[in-house]
Amino acid sequence: MIRSIKHFIKSFTLFELFQGLGVTGKYLFKRKVTIQYPEQKTPMSPRFRGHHALRRYPNGQERCIACKLCEAVCPALAIDIEMEERADGTRRTTKYDIDFFKCIYCGFCEEACPVDAIVETHIFEYHFEERGKNIITKEELLAFGDKHESEIAKRKAADAPYK
Amino acid sequence: MSNTDKQFVTITINDKEIEAVPGSMLIDVADKSDIHIPRFCYHKKLSVAANCRMCLVDVEKAPKPLPACATPVNEGMVVWTKSERALTAQKDTMEFLLINHPLDCPICDQGGECELQDLSMEFGSGTSNFHEMKRVVVDKDIGELVATEMTRCIQCTRCVRFGEEIAGMREMGATGRGDRMEIGTFVEKSLDSEISGNIIDICPVGALTAKPSRYHSRAWEMMQTPSIASHDCVGSNVKLHTFKKKLVRVIAAENEDINECWISDRDRFSYQGVYADDRVEKPMIKYNGIWKEVDWSTALDRTVEKLTEVSAKDIAVLASARATLEELYLLQKSMRSIGVANIDHRLRQVDFNDQESSGAYPSLGMKIADIENLDSILLVGSNVRKEQPMINQRIRKAALNGAKIMCVNPLELDFNYDVDAQRVSNPVEMIKTLAIIAKASYILSKTEIPAGLNDLFTSVRLNKADKVFAENLIASKNSAVFLGSISMQHPGYSTLRALSKAIAGNTGSTLAYLSGASNSAGAWLAGVVPHQKEAGQKADIIGKNAGEMLSKTKKVYMLLDLELERDSDNPQQAKAAMNQADTIIAVTPYANKTLLSLADIILPSAAYAETSGTYVNAEGTWQSFKAAAKSYGEARPAWKILRVLGNKLDVKGFDYVSSKDVRNELQGLCENVNNENPVSVEGIYTKLDDVTSQSLYRIGNVGEFSGDSLVRRATALQKSNPEQNAVQLNAKQAALLGLKDLPTVDNEHAEKEVMVDVKQGEVVVSMPLLINDNIPDKCALLASGTKSSSLLGSAFGEIEITA
Repeated sequence: MIRSIKHFIKSFTLFELFQGLGVTGKYLFKRKVTIQYPEQKTPMSPRFRGHHALRRYPNGQERCIACKLCEAVCPALAIDIEMEERADGTRRTTKYDIDFFKCIYCGFCEEACPVDAIVETHIFEYHFEERGKNIITKEELLAFGDKHESEIAKRKAADAPYK
Repeated sequence: MSNTDKQFVTITINDKEIEAVPGSMLIDVADKSDIHIPRFCYHKKLSVAANCRMCLVDVEKAPKPLPACATPVNEGMVVWTKSERALTAQKDTMEFLLINHPLDCPICDQGGECELQDLSMEFGSGTSNFHEMKRVVVDKDIGELVATEMTRCIQCTRCVRFGEEIAGMREMGATGRGDRMEIGTFVEKSLDSEISGNIIDICPVGALTAKPSRYHSRAWEMMQTPSIASHDCVGSNVKLHTFKKKLVRVIAAENEDINECWISDRDRFSYQGVYADDRVEKPMIKYNGIWKEVDWSTALDRTVEKLTEVSAKDIAVLASARATLEELYLLQKSMRSIGVANIDHRLRQVDFNDQESSGAYPSLGMKIADIENLDSILLVGSNVRKEQPMINQRIRKAALNGAKIMCVNPLELDFNYDVDAQRVSNPVEMIKTLAIIAKASYILSKTEIPAGLNDLFTSVRLNKADKVFAENLIASKNSAVFLGSISMQHPGYSTLRALSKAIAGNTGSTLAYLSGASNSAGAWLAGVVPHQKEAGQKADIIGKNAGEMLSKTKKVYMLLDLELERDSDNPQQAKAAMNQADTIIAVTPYANKTLLSLADIILPSAAYAETSGTYVNAEGTWQSFKAAAKSYGEARPAWKILRVLGNKLDVKGFDYVSSKDVRNELQGLCENVNNENPVSVEGIYTKLDDVTSQSLYRIGNVGEFSGDSLVRRATALQKSNPEQNAVQLNAKQAALLGLKDLPTVDNEHAEKEVMVDVKQGEVVVSMPLLINDNIPDKCALLASGTKSSSLLGSAFGEIEITA
């Protein structure tokens, strides 16, 4: 009896509506957490795993020795490598393709690499304009690495104490 | 089993009771019961060195851990392989081994299949207590086949023992002591043994790796397919490694009955020829002298048209003895069904007399493994070491067990064991030399000499020293007479064969053929000989043999996997016959310039490792294999090509779905075929003219790496054996030409290259000259099957050399 009277009053005074609006109203005066991407950006860990890059030594020599450990460890089978022996007796890749549609950005490749050649950079904003461009070739990866080397090195150094 | 029984002792390993033969080593006993003991220096086929100390195990009542590889088992022995003491000893050993081993697994070809890597996962520590300088060893260049990285060496000395005990030549050795010990060749030189590639397989680390496949792919990404090697009559078991369906390397597979665990360098590195530049991608037809790529049905229709427009007796069918059994059988069946009787595979044979009386196939007459139990062996015209490295391995084992080895050859050959008696004479005299031995065998065995041999026997004189051959063979319980491929190429082959059979018969020995190609036995069984159909049945019409087919031109030639200018005895004659022929149909993986200029239809077939099939080896074992690699372009396995050709020719019973169907059909037919080698000794023999005083007689047996189309394209093997492209004379003969201080086969004066002009028939070819004092006077060694000899004439015949 009393419950039905309570319900009668609540529904006439729109109590539940105001209660709900109250929650919304409370957030109206709280500190804002939304950021204005892309003008604003969240802070990023040096371990962030974004677009891949192949690095070079300071003398310009590419680091990758075609050991294929990244290919072996890749859980998504996204990496495809072919190699050759160069005239100087070193083993180098002739093909280093990463399929970004297959890649799950787990970072195992970076972890497996004995020479810090393949890295996942802080860059995560990229797109493909043509079918097939999702497969990133060795030249693109090296160019990407060259472009962002200073930032990659900085982030590697920042993470080094924890490795 | 009771303790009084002396045959077995009972020992306990890891609380498990095991019966073992007394005196056998602990590691063997453990291996047989699937208890794994880590090891590096121990190898079951090599002597015990006990220098790596990795196999230390805990033995009850022993004051220290003992090496399992050098500890014989005793009654009541109690052993723990995983006790704390054993594990500590193994871990400590591993720490020492890793002190100087570089951490370069990512760039090491052995990475992923490395025994040190595997065991360091189990016994290695994550950190090292060693802070001093690691040693570095300078690399050695030991030739085209084996790549070295000697810093990685852990001095297990397997390669050193292999050279000493198996290959019979000490190629690798250890210099220095302690941590300055280094493995290498004493003097900088390349490996020379025909089985040197096996040190790649036995090296537990990445110190010795295969040079041709260096840095081609990593161990874990290759697919392994068991297969059969295709260059000698042994049929060594191999494992083919493919990467992305492409053949990358070949390693040995174990088969105690055939090749133990070794393979020859030829079998290991010939795979390079699969991807030669002149592989044919698509079927081709030549219209008015211009090649045009066509589709398969056009090419096959054209083939059928050409085969049916002429009379069957104007068609000649020639096949390689390296083709698979299935291919040869389908070829034979389809061609015989349209009435073609001219079919043969013996392109290097010259003397076909008496072929009808020989058996179903040239057989070894015994099991390959039984060769090691022979007490005396007579080799007739066989460079067995280079031709049949695995047979030579067995003969070497017999020799080390005290067997008497004797040989009759046209040149003094290099053996890796002691030869008790050997006769060297020029090829023409060789018949007489063998006749002397045969005569002695008749006299010693008190057998009546058949009338047909009388003429030959009266022309030779028997000295006391010549009796030793027959005496040894008669005195032995197990003895054999081996006829090698020098004999088979010899212009007096039927005489050599009859005499060998006579010797074998008189002395109670087995007559064994060492035919040159991998499937000679299969070719006979498949009926690819003019006088026999499949399974040794007599042919209805006896066709022309290979020699006749090439000396008199036929209208249509059908060739299976052949390069006539290199695969036949007389390239000049073969090319002349081809030039006059109307149509040449070639089923081949490769098309070199000569073939392109001669042929009219090319049907691209799959190369080695790209087709399934069967090889029958000399002992008569049928060994089948699957395809491992993807065929090149539109090339198809030859058995499929021939099957469709059979359908188009309306041959009955050509409904095979797989090569297995073909094999099963033939195997059913071959059930009653025996491996006897009957030879008539009633005296058919070929008379040879004596060598004239002016000219030289060519000894033209097949070069080590020039026997077939695949090995001829294997670049690393070709580079490793430049001698086979040279003409070789002894110093005396060279001096007669006015030449002195010449480069020798032993690499003296190697810096000098002297070119001479060799004339055979009308053609003059310029080629390098090498001095080899093992060659008799008035003779010149000039291998057949090589590029320069492809312009010359018959392998055995007179040549002229001018400086």
